[in-house]
Amino acid sequence: MNIKARIIDEPGFERMLRRLAHEILERNKGSETIAIVGIVTRGEIIARRLAKMIQDIEHRELQIGFLDITLYRDDLRDNLKQPILRGTDISFDVTGKNIVLVDDVLYTGRTVRAALDEIVDLGRPATIQLAVVADRGHREFPIKADFVGKNIPTSPDEEVRVLVKEIDGEDAVLLVEREGGKA
Amino acid sequence: MPLSSRHLLGLDGIPSDDIKLILDTATSFREVLERPIKKVPSLQGKTVVNLFFENSTRTRISFELAERRLSADPVNMSADASSVRKGETLKDTARNIEMMKIDMVVMRHAAAGAAHYLSQVVRANVINAGDGAHEHPTQALLDMYTIREKLGTLQDVNICIVGDIAHSRVALSNIYGLRAMGAKVSVCGPRTLIPAEIDRLGVRVHYDLDEAMAGADVLNVLRIQLERQDRCFLPTLREYSQAYGVTPERLARAKRPIVVMHPGPINRGVEISADVADGEHSLILQQVLNGVAVRMSVLYLLGTAN
Repeated sequence: MNIKARIIDEPGFERMLRRLAHEILERNKGSETIAIVGIVTRGEIIARRLAKMIQDIEHRELQIGFLDITLYRDDLRDNLKQPILRGTDISFDVTGKNIVLVDDVLYTGRTVRAALDEIVDLGRPATIQLAVVADRGHREFPIKADFVGKNIPTSPDEEVRVLVKEIDGEDAVLLVEREGGKA
Repeated sequence: MPLSSRHLLGLDGIPSDDIKLILDTATSFREVLERPIKKVPSLQGKTVVNLFFENSTRTRISFELAERRLSADPVNMSADASSVRKGETLKDTARNIEMMKIDMVVMRHAAAGAAHYLSQVVRANVINAGDGAHEHPTQALLDMYTIREKLGTLQDVNICIVGDIAHSRVALSNIYGLRAMGAKVSVCGPRTLIPAEIDRLGVRVHYDLDEAMAGADVLNVLRIQLERQDRCFLPTLREYSQAYGVTPERLARAKRPIVVMHPGPINRGVEISADVADGEHSLILQQVLNGVAVRMSVLYLLGTAN
């Protein structure tokens, strides 16, 4: 991995998540009606952190679920490597909730499109809002995040990596050179 | 990590990683089956032909539901309604279907090896839904899924298959699959229905059911095929039932927790008593539910691999 820049370091990561937690609470006037849904794998970790911060601020249990959008991907038939299913785990009724969808990087918007379709199959939420750690641009669908950790303008041959302690041993946001492959 | 084969023809020689992948993936589909909208778009645009040369209601419906819940388009063809009656060969049937641009074929056929043959003459993915007395891999996979769900593992679990082992594709697929996953398998039935040298597949043979149950965690009870009665494998059904029928008294005598499975349809009072079939030890209805999830898993893994 050829790192071009370390955009957010560990203390910055924590402060950024804390700001997102407050923004989510401000928009929804508290945590009463919201539920957090993370997109596996890294979105799940970030969703857990955000949920914990929101609970600590509000002193109220928060519903949290995880979404595996693999079955809803639009590139299933021409994807060369078959992805492993990790499973969706949303044990509450999404109907009437303000769902805060959480992912690490917002790029083409195709993952979010799949996630929206899957959530709608589970029920009829009042709203779905999107929170991401990094928005790197290059959207292919008309999708926009409600809560953004950091806007990072990129070229197509760059990639944004969000690292989390639970998987990678450290919290960071990196700008890296794309390894081989197509842009 | 995809499956190692483009087809699912049987469990003989299948890598245990493939079985594990199918069972793990089925867990995700079990969750889908609990949703208000029990359907995902994964196989949108794929056409699956269900080619049933032998009668089957349960397996065909289970496959068709699995296909629909993955958004594939199923087409059903059964033997009595088809050109097979008019003398068409399997190869010609297959070639004709192939020209209609289909992606997958699910086939049941009375001849052992029919699915294997089909996989050599068509480009579509082939799933064996039962070929003669050879294999019925999806039934064995759903049995294994059900055991794993109930007991947490297959490793070192003692499974006894009871009944007509000689004519059973369910028994054979279960033996191959369970052995690959590290389970301990035994078979039990009258001598006329146990094939010679079955022990070479690594299974223990019992002729006494109480003796077999003394070491079993799971009984997989096979259907006695009443239509085969005229060929004198059994003196009478009553005698079979007394020697090999699974009853509450037998389960109590075994002095260990035993769960009971059956691939269906059951003959109440013959191989299994009504009290056992409807009782707390029975996983029979759970098998039916898991069957759809396991078949979705197989269809998904074959249909989305390149």
